[in-house]
Amino acid sequence: MCLAIPAKVLSVEGASAVVSIEEVEYTASLLLLDGVMPGDYIMLHAGFAIEKVDPEYAAETLRLLVEMEKNRPE
Amino acid sequence: MKYIDEYRKKELILSVSEKLKEVSTKEITLMEVCGGHTMAIHRFGLSALLPANIRLISGPGCPVCVSSQHFIDTAMAYSKLPGVITTTYGDLIRVPGSLTSLEKERANGSDIRIVYSVLESLEIAKSNPEKHVIFLGIGFETTAPLTAAAILQAQKENIPNFSVLSAHKVMPPVMKALVAEGVKIDGFIAPGHVTAITGTGIYDELAAVLGLGVVVAGFEPLDMMQAVLMLSLQLEAGTPSVEVQYQRVVHREGNPLARQVLEDVFELRDDRWRGLGIIPASGLKIRESLADFDAEKRFHVEVPESTEPKGCICGLILRGLKTPEDCGLFAKKCTPSEPVGACMVSGEGTCATYYKYRS
Repeated sequence: MCLAIPAKVLSVEGASAVVSIEEVEYTASLLLLDGVMPGDYIMLHAGFAIEKVDPEYAAETLRLLVEMEKNRPE
Repeated sequence: MKYIDEYRKKELILSVSEKLKEVSTKEITLMEVCGGHTMAIHRFGLSALLPANIRLISGPGCPVCVSSQHFIDTAMAYSKLPGVITTTYGDLIRVPGSLTSLEKERANGSDIRIVYSVLESLEIAKSNPEKHVIFLGIGFETTAPLTAAAILQAQKENIPNFSVLSAHKVMPPVMKALVAEGVKIDGFIAPGHVTAITGTGIYDELAAVLGLGVVVAGFEPLDMMQAVLMLSLQLEAGTPSVEVQYQRVVHREGNPLARQVLEDVFELRDDRWRGLGIIPASGLKIRESLADFDAEKRFHVEVPESTEPKGCICGLILRGLKTPEDCGLFAKKCTPSEPVGACMVSGEGTCATYYKYRS
């Protein structure tokens, strides 16, 4: 129910955006999220964009994990 | 797929698993509150990657499952009113009520339509001006703002024939209720998308007063493993706190616009949960100023006394006290194609998840 999927914003018009998930296009309402721009990734939940995905934090989380993997004893 | 595949990398998952085995010594029980987390744990077989001293239990985070039998029966009564079109998210339609289900009522002629977005209900209302559309509002803080936005939109567009039957609920009271009831929990894997809306402040009391670890987690296997590692490190050090693993989506203050919309439309009320009874200030009621969009205010229905399905232990499972395998009906009389209770209906229900991934 609380499932949300990352979707790439293709275009924005008024309070809605066209987003794409694996090449399939969906409409996302922007009634709950300000400042969405084409190229952003948003979390799509039941037809609404509920939050943006932050690329820097995404990279940071992975960087920490990759580091752990590198430090793993052979 | 971006932001998904990276978090499913096997080597990284295994390295977190090894790290966990290295640092974790205490016997701890962690509850994943969200049905989406339960699904991820079973789908990716994560329990097998944890050291034996870490136990995961599923909690009350499946909205369809926790909706009380009384709500299901009430929804049914509304759907039978003349001139009413009922709209709902898909899962709810198959939940057995005391006597029948929405699905069966639909076969009997009630106009019940499944929508992907609540906004479709407004379109249905506009194209059926002689009918009244009632949306069945279920879900936690992730989903409730969507309903709230639809109500504000209906007000803005002056749509007179749309209302909501709200069974929306909030998460923190039920988490506290479980702990108060004595369910043994050392830490929570907290729901990522609920927290994306609310922010992390809702968990402060759990950590500061009740001494529980709380880590807000994403839904991919690497997210979940990392969250367990973070909780384990907190609990090993004896310093439980609120942390966010799912930083790419969750901010400390949540989503301010969604929080405002939620606040504008709903207020808290005591609410009934399947298996848990009435929990104070755990449900969302439409504010008096928006009574025109509240189905409970617009129409009166008689709802007979509700009865729980015989032999079903969904309520105990939602409290983390039993697992589906403890139930005599599981996978025998109760299956996803013929569910006896709500936990088997929803794809994220604990019973449905156990059934799908059982060995």
